[in-house]
Parts: sequence; C-alpha cells; structure tokens
Amino acid sequence: MRRLFVILALLTFGLLTFALYEGVVAAPTEQTMGEVQRIFYYHVPSAVTAFTLFLINFVVSIIYLARRSPRADALAVSTAEVGVVFCTVVLVTGPLWARPVWGIWWTWDARLTSTLLLWLIYVSYLILRRYSTSGQTPVIAAVLAVFGFLDVPFVYLANRLFRTQHPQPVYFGGPGSGADPRMTFALLMNMAAFFAFAALVCGCAFAWSAPGRTLKKLRPWKLCCCRM
Amino acid sequence: MSLAEITRVSLAKDLRLEWRSKDAINSMLFFALLVVVIFSFSFDPTAEESRHIAGGLIWVAFLFAAVVALNQTWARELRNQVLDAYRVSPAPANALFISKAVGNFIFVAVLETLMAPLFMVFYNLRSIGPAYELVVVAILATWALVANGTFFAAMSIRTRSREVMLPLILFPISIPALLAMVSATTAILTGEGSARFWVVLLAVYDVVFTTVCLLLFETVLHAE
Amino acid sequence: MKFLYAAYAATWLIHITYLALLSRRYRRLRDEMQEFHKK
Repeated sequence: MRRLFVILALLTFGLLTFALYEGVVAAPTEQTMGEVQRIFYYHVPSAVTAFTLFLINFVVSIIYLARRSPRADALAVSTAEVGVVFCTVVLVTGPLWARPVWGIWWTWDARLTSTLLLWLIYVSYLILRRYSTSGQTPVIAAVLAVFGFLDVPFVYLANRLFRTQHPQPVYFGGPGSGADPRMTFALLMNMAAFFAFAALVCGCAFAWSAPGRTLKKLRPWKLCCCRM
Repeated sequence: MSLAEITRVSLAKDLRLEWRSKDAINSMLFFALLVVVIFSFSFDPTAEESRHIAGGLIWVAFLFAAVVALNQTWARELRNQVLDAYRVSPAPANALFISKAVGNFIFVAVLETLMAPLFMVFYNLRSIGPAYELVVVAILATWALVANGTFFAAMSIRTRSREVMLPLILFPISIPALLAMVSATTAILTGEGSARFWVVLLAVYDVVFTTVCLLLFETVLHAE
Repeated sequence: MKFLYAAYAATWLIHITYLALLSRRYRRLRDEMQEFHKK
C-alpha cells in the first residue's frame, strides 16, 4: 500500500511538471488572447476534475445508503472536499482569465453561474456535515449528496436558457474550433496530471480519516476533532 | 390503516392545530409584508419597471416567508417525541412526509392568496399575459419549495443552529426552481417571452424531487 | 502577463492550503490516538 502511494505520488509529480511545461512553454500562443490564454490549461482540467469528483461522491453516497459502509462515507467526504477545492480553483482562475480578456472580473453567464451554484451546493454539504450533531450524520449527508447531484442537470438547463436570454460578452471560440493539436495535447496532459493529483489527495484524505473512524469506534460518546 | 388514511388524519390534525393557533400563518404573513415594504425602498416602483422586477420580488418574499413556516414544521413533533413514536409504529413514513408537505403547501398557498392582491396594489401590477397562467406557476413553484423544504427541515433537525441550517441547505438546491418560477412569472407579467419552458422545467423538477423525497424520507426519519 | 502568473500561483496556493489543512487534521488525530492509548 505504502509503495503504491509513493509510486502514485512520483507519477503525479512527474505528470504535473510535464503538463506545466506543456501548458506554459510548449503549447503555441493563442492568436487573439495571447499568453493569458494559458490559464485555460489549469482552468478547464480543474473544472473537469471537480465534476468527476462530485460524480464519484454521488455514486459513493448511494453505495453508502445501500450498504452503510464507513469507508464509503469516508470516500464521500474526501471527494466532496477535494471537489470543492478544485471548484474553488475554477472560480478563482476564471475571473483572473476574464479580466484581461473580457475586461470584467465576473459575468452572470450560464457556465460561470452554474459553476458557482455547484460550489454552493457542495459547500452546503460540507457545512451540514460539520454542524450536524446527530450520530447519523453520514446518512443525512449522503441523502443531501444525492439531492445535490440530481440538481446539477437542472442547474445547467435553467442557467443555459436564463443567461443566454441576456446579451453575453463575446466568449472565445473555444479550443476545439480548429485548434492546434499541440494545444489539445497540452490540455489532455494537464487533465491527466490533475486527475492523478486529485486521486492522490483524495487517497490521502481517505487514508488519514482512518484514525478518526477507529477513535470513534473506541469512544463513540466523544465527537473527535476529525469531524468526519 | 392505509397510507391515504394516515395522511388524511395527520393532515387534518395539523390543519386543525394551525387553525386554532394560527402560529405559522400570522408570522408568515407579517414577514412577507415586511419584506415587500423593505424591497420597495430598493427601487422606485413605477408601473412599467415594476412589472419586470416584481416576479423576482414576489418569489423572494414568498421564499423567505415559506422558510419561516418550514422551520417550525417539525418543532411540535420534536417537542412531543412524536418522531420516536412514529419510528416504532408500523405506519408508513411517507404518510408523515406527505401530510406535512401538503400542510405546508396549504399554509404557503393561503399566504400567497392573501399577499397577491397586496402586491398588485403596492407595485401597481397588472398582468399583460393571462393571469390564470400565474396560478399554474404558483402551484408548481409552491410545491417545489415546500416539498424540498419539508424534507430538508427533517434533515436539519439534529444540527446546531437548526434555523440557519435549513435555508443553507435548501437554497442552493432550490435555485433552479427559483430561477424557473421567477422567469415564468416575469414572462407572464410582462408579456415578453414564453413561460412554457420554465413551467415545464418546474414540473419536471417537482416530479423528480418529490420522487426522491418519497424514496428517501424513511431513511431520514430513521436516521435522525 | 501577471494574470497568468497570478492564476497559476493562486491554484497552487489553494491546493497547498488544503493539503496543510489535511495534515493538521491528521496530526491532531494521531496525537489524540496516542493520548488514548497511553491511558
């Protein structure tokens, strides 16, 4: 187990470094936006990773409701927390990209609003876990996770129509529109790197929550500081 | 006793208790009125612009008022250990949920019926689109708020600062429904744009989340 | 462009902050475990 962890850590570090090089140096500069466009290589992979983590959280929450396995619950918390971290990255890098390109920090367009709502939903999940005094917190949190994820398609649908009714700032054409294959490669490399990084951090969070579970079993009357 | 009978009995009990004390209705009404007045200070309600903004205002006011009602949904049950008794009884858990949700729906619907004319007076509203469509939107929207709200109120029973926890977990998940109800109301009031997509979205939202609530309520009842 | 550097720096700052939070949690847990075993 230990060895697997070390291998994964090394692989992740290697991938991240290579992906950083690809994104900042090797990939060609975008025509209209210039160097700032390279934020894209961090922004998009983070968004995809966050969404994947929330999807895993949904599946694991359902598994928890069916089997009540404490490890499923621990994985649910880890994926939610790391997902919120990646979503925060998206919400921070987004405006930092928008400001030089569109001239504004934020706009209530469909994609940004939906991401913000996604962030709000999972932060509310984490708050529920922290503030719940019931011994059955994992069950209630799992139920909320199911609700939260089922809400996601509605969030996207509603925002798509609502925000496109209003005039939009010109959104860049998108890399898929006849993009240089080296850009796609850089993007994919960064995605792989961040997936590995997310797996590593989730694994850490999951493994490091084990003492908390043992403690809870040994003295169930005391809420230990892990709050997981 | 069947699901329908238990639901009916439980609902009748709640309605009777509410009729005698009028706790929820009074506090909701006054709160909604306060919200309406306070909002009137944030913009100048001339007839033309108010039609564009009124949709959002109305539903925000109703949302906050509904939270007042939702917060006390389970209070009586908690005080008298009814939930423990219910857990050991053979009665289906969904009967409790449905009766509570329908009860809350009736309270909020009464609130809306009383507040609507008031809104029309305060903001000089006159709907350009057909007014009966507003009723359809109101029914779907109120059910969306109340069904999820009743369920989440049950989830937040055993939390610190329970009254704050309910809006905290309810609002993010209700935002698509809120968006739909506000857009539909605005579309109908101003006569611009079609409300149909929003009404359909609300209906689908209602169906999906009511199903999930019914499927998971037993879990939550036994969990808290 | 300084926005590019800011974005990359912010990303890693956020990740490192979270990892620090995680390790602090773990350290506290480990201390509690040791205390418990001592008793």
